[in-house]
Amino acid sequence: MDNLQTYLYISAILFSLGLYGVITRRNGIAVLMGVELILNSANINFVAFARFGGMNFSGQVFALFVIIMAAAEAAVALAIIINVFNNLDTVNIDDARELKL
Amino acid sequence: MTGDMLINYALGILFFPLISFIILIFVGKRLPRQGDVVGIGTIILTLILSLAMFGSMLLSHDPGFRHEASFTWIDLGDFEIRLGFLIDNITIIMLLVVSLISTMTHIFSTKYMEGDIRYSRYYAYLGLFTFSMNGIVLANNLVSLYIFWELVGVSSYLLIGHWFEKDSAADASKKAFLTNRVGDIGFFIGLMLVFTALGTFNYAEVFEGVAKGAISGTLLTFAGIGLFMGAVGKSSQFPLHIWLPDAMEGPTPVSALMHAATMVAAGVYLSVRLFPLFTPEALLFIAYTGGFTAIFAATIAITQNDIKKVLAYSTISQLGYMILAVGTGAYVAGFFHLVTHAMFKACLFYGSGSVIHAMHHALHNLKDHDTDPQDMRNMGGFKSKMPITYWTMLVATLAISGVPLFSGFLSKDAILAGTLSFASHHPQHFLLPVFGFSAALITAFYMFRLIFMTFHNQPKLPNVYSDIHESPKPMVFPLILLSSLSVFIFYTLPYFNPLSDHGWFMELIKAKDSMVPGSPSAHDIAEGMHHSHTLTMILSILVASLGILLSWAVYIKNSVSADNWSKRLDLYYNLSLNKYYFDENYNKYLYQPFLRLANRVSYIDWDLYDKYFINGFGHITKWLSSVTGRIDYDGLDQTIVDGLGRSMGKAGSSLKEIQTGRLQNYMLFALFGVIIIIIFQSF
Repeated sequence: MDNLQTYLYISAILFSLGLYGVITRRNGIAVLMGVELILNSANINFVAFARFGGMNFSGQVFALFVIIMAAAEAAVALAIIINVFNNLDTVNIDDARELKL
Repeated sequence: MTGDMLINYALGILFFPLISFIILIFVGKRLPRQGDVVGIGTIILTLILSLAMFGSMLLSHDPGFRHEASFTWIDLGDFEIRLGFLIDNITIIMLLVVSLISTMTHIFSTKYMEGDIRYSRYYAYLGLFTFSMNGIVLANNLVSLYIFWELVGVSSYLLIGHWFEKDSAADASKKAFLTNRVGDIGFFIGLMLVFTALGTFNYAEVFEGVAKGAISGTLLTFAGIGLFMGAVGKSSQFPLHIWLPDAMEGPTPVSALMHAATMVAAGVYLSVRLFPLFTPEALLFIAYTGGFTAIFAATIAITQNDIKKVLAYSTISQLGYMILAVGTGAYVAGFFHLVTHAMFKACLFYGSGSVIHAMHHALHNLKDHDTDPQDMRNMGGFKSKMPITYWTMLVATLAISGVPLFSGFLSKDAILAGTLSFASHHPQHFLLPVFGFSAALITAFYMFRLIFMTFHNQPKLPNVYSDIHESPKPMVFPLILLSSLSVFIFYTLPYFNPLSDHGWFMELIKAKDSMVPGSPSAHDIAEGMHHSHTLTMILSILVASLGILLSWAVYIKNSVSADNWSKRLDLYYNLSLNKYYFDENYNKYLYQPFLRLANRVSYIDWDLYDKYFINGFGHITKWLSSVTGRIDYDGLDQTIVDGLGRSMGKAGSSLKEIQTGRLQNYMLFALFGVIIIIIFQSF
């Protein structure tokens, strides 16, 4: 169990679940949650490669960066969703197509 | 006088008349007396300068005197044209002749042209003419000679056509100009032949080139004859003599100045100047042209009744003499005759002007506008009414007839001696002296016919006669001056021998050798003339007195009836009276065919060439452009250019269907893309 492959499998499953959530969910917040899953699957990859590739914590450091970026992204995205809700009275992203010609 | 001074004087002589022309043509009408004082003032200034030059020439007494000054006119590297002045004794004498006669004309015209509607313009043109004539005289090269030559032609055209309201005057001016152009084309060809061969226009350099043989043989002969053609036109030689009699349509003082004394003498002057480059063949051509013209024009003058026409033909005949002299090598004699002829012929023209003026006034007072004031048949007996005119004209007539004691005798004698000596060296050309002597005989006859018909006998029209008066002083003064200058003494000083032309003139003008290798030297020619001098003198006195006697017998004594003789020689009389039908034949065989040809050519050009060829091109181009237009617009634009745009538009609108606006669709597409990339990667 203590090998790279296991971590990569877990990461791939997590990525697929996140992607599934992003593509299928109509609720904007749910889509955002999918995105978080994708990001964390990437984090697992970083850390796993760092742990098994002998790369002196640079993977871990990168994972930290991703977490910070994800927090920022979540803040921005939630702000957008709140604005969408304020304007359209819904968080269903299918209804947010104002820019469509 | 130094050379630079002379050049300054020459510049003054050349440009004063031009200044007068410019002033008069622009503001002449607004000046007091319509500006004739400007014209007369400048011409007198010119005369004074000419006299000063003449005086300095007499004082220095140097036959070889020669001064030249020039400047670059056109400089194109290898090709350079220099214009300039050549001042030698011939130039100085010619300048004096031109300014003297021109001054006389200006003075004479104050009365003759009084009240004319274009009085100031008349004086302006006189200034233009004097300017151009002096230009011819002063030129040291063929180019400026040619330029002034044409300017003289223009001023002649303007002055002949002074009374252009009359159709005959307008036609005469056109005829004079066009006939001159014919000769000038020959002149131009000669000019270009010389330039092509020698690369220069300057007289001295041209003669040098001829002496070196850079141009020789037939080419030089043709060049010489070409240049001489200019003289044929301007000096009214056969067969281009037709314009001069018609030129008498101009005012009489103009006839005296241009068509007797100076402009027509320009041709002779040209031949004299260019004498060194004429080959013996060219000279022979010149001699025959001149000799034939002399006798030919004289035979026409006999039967003319218009007083000016007689003088016109007499002028042609005398110019023929001068040309004949050049042709026989005695060109100094020709130039001498030019000078003496200028004096007495101008005097004769002023005399005729005086008579016409008197007739005109008398007819005007009688309100008679049908009688021709120039017809000698309407005159007669004017001797007592116009004594000054009579006596001055008589002196001039004696001079032109070649009577001893008068200038014409000296110069005519020299020419005839030249022809005799030429014929003694070349017996096959015996016709030349025959031409000369018979022309002298006829000249004496018709000139006295003019005098007798005008001034002697009973008046033909008594009521006109009673109203005839002597002309006013400004018209009489030139007559007196010029008739005095027809006396031998002015040409033979410091000697007093009326039978020999030995004097300042012959001492100052020395014949130059011809530059053409193989020509007889000037010394040989002079020697030959000297030998035949006595014989010539006897013969010429004989023919002159015979001519005068005949005239006296016919017109005073009436012992020989002119009418009977004219009937007896009906055919000849009619030929002469109608000028050998030259105008008619030129019209029939030259102008009309030419006009027809011109019509044909214009038909071909306009109706055929233009219509079918040029316009056809237009039609073809129009058709072609409509076709290419259609190809371009309907074909290219519509299918390729617009088609490309349209297909882009279609592609765009079909592609825009992908853009659904649904976020998850885009994600799906991105996923598919990644999957496709992964699939391709794994292969």
